Amino acid sequence: MRRSRVPLAALAFGYAFLYTPIILLIVYSFNASRLVTVWAGFSPRWYGELAHNAQILDAAWLSLRVAAVSATLATLIGTLAALAIARSTRFPGRSVLLGLLAGPLVMPEVMLGLALLLLFVTLETTFGWPRRGAGTIVAAHATFSIAYVAVVVRAKLADMDRSLEEAAADLGAPPLAVFLRITMPLVAPALGAGWLLSFTLSLDDLVVASFVSGPGATTLPMVVYSSVRLGVSPQINALATILILTVALCVGTAAWLIGRRNQTVLH
Amino acid sequence: MKRGHAARTAFRLAAAPLVWLLVLFAAPFAVVLKISFAEPVVGQPPYTRLIEIGSAGWRLLATGANYVLLATDALYVEAYLNSLRVAATATLVCLLIGYPMAYAIARAPERWRNPLLMLVVLPFWTSFLIRVYAWIGILSTNGILNNALIALGIIDDPLPMMNTNFAVYIGIVYSYLPFMVLPLYATLVRMDLTLLEAAADLGCRPWQAFRKVTLPLSWPGIAAGSLLVFIPSTGEFVIPDLLGGPDSLMIGKVLWTEFFGNRDWPVASALATVLLVVLVGPMLVLQAVERRQEQG
Repeated sequence: MRRSRVPLAALAFGYAFLYTPIILLIVYSFNASRLVTVWAGFSPRWYGELAHNAQILDAAWLSLRVAAVSATLATLIGTLAALAIARSTRFPGRSVLLGLLAGPLVMPEVMLGLALLLLFVTLETTFGWPRRGAGTIVAAHATFSIAYVAVVVRAKLADMDRSLEEAAADLGAPPLAVFLRITMPLVAPALGAGWLLSFTLSLDDLVVASFVSGPGATTLPMVVYSSVRLGVSPQINALATILILTVALCVGTAAWLIGRRNQTVLH
Repeated sequence: MKRGHAARTAFRLAAAPLVWLLVLFAAPFAVVLKISFAEPVVGQPPYTRLIEIGSAGWRLLATGANYVLLATDALYVEAYLNSLRVAATATLVCLLIGYPMAYAIARAPERWRNPLLMLVVLPFWTSFLIRVYAWIGILSTNGILNNALIALGIIDDPLPMMNTNFAVYIGIVYSYLPFMVLPLYATLVRMDLTLLEAAADLGCRPWQAFRKVTLPLSWPGIAAGSLLVFIPSTGEFVIPDLLGGPDSLMIGKVLWTEFFGNRDWPVASALATVLLVVLVGPMLVLQAVERRQEQG
């Protein structure tokens, strides 16, 4: 059967469309000129200037901490939700939980940000707590990340061979031992993937953080955004390159680990 | 009795996520609804109470004025309509690019599928803000694309691409393409290929077989992918703000301006409430499609 060339052409076009802007961004981060779009020779000077930009470094440090804490919270809570949904098709609150987990995946960020801010303000004026800042950003980021973790872990649980758990239980293992020695090792890659996804989502979020942040808590995307609004800047290109390469390295490693794990299980 | 036990365990596991999401996801929208009936004031917090309790009993201060404003002011109506228009067009373009991509990946040799899919997902992992930012350098008047076109002698004067609806479309399609490809791939890869062989044996030409077999079978993927692009891009803020111009008015940006620029929290809340009402239909359809796919 003759195969159409249309899909292959679309694939090539699609990848070119997805990657050209990123590649251009990386190339121009090594541009000597301050005029970002005019090539004036190779130079790493913007990386040097970036290393001395205290505002960006402080914001990056805050963003990394917020991302780590919110990803950990989201992984814990999202995994609990996924386990509950997989364990029983009928428990009180199951459909409510499913609905609450579906919302954050598609909810426009401006709505989530506004809603969470108004909740925090209402709580603060009523109880004097919480003060807006890094803590409220962590809570907000964990809230939307829970849904993503639940999706990833649910997919893994659905693929999982339940007979292993049943066999362990039949051989007399108490429920906690079954969970720790059978279930956990099997879903561990999904927990890692969910944590990484949450971490990236948090590190990337501008809109929700802008709403719920307080004085003094400025995350990296907020600094990038205020700088980008003034136009293209070579330092932002350098920062973007570092972020892109870091993420590519992490995702590549994770994919390789998961792939290798699957192979050893199969053989 | 075993089922009852499983349900009890599941309920205990679900308690923490349920409480978290009820407090931090459901309750906030109740607060939004409440404040959308308040009036803006100068103060902290910058809105009035709905019920005033004084010495002479209580008085209802709630007002529907914000909703009247949204319905009568052409700016807001136009922003909602334009958001839906832009999101729908961008979704269609995503589908036209994403469908053949997903198709090619699903029909590629099996060991190629995961790496190819990975290449689609990888940009999604890199910062959204930075991917939108990358287009500023490409599309601006003295940007990379205009410089290249002038150098090639295709155009004499730079094309105005930045701060237009065109740039907004590019930004949305670029950012949301992976959300279209993934569900399409999931349905296409599960398709029973013997159906196509049967169609060919019965005299169907490849294009006919595609139209009569593949396309109908990929409807769930088309629906899920389209809704995953359409719903969030309707409320998009970053893309119209950074790439759009004065005529690319979108509701996410209007909401942001009401909140941060005008400090009118009640109008911002009313805008969010109406947007939720507009999007709740597509959200329910998406959930139904995903549930059907899970069972099927």
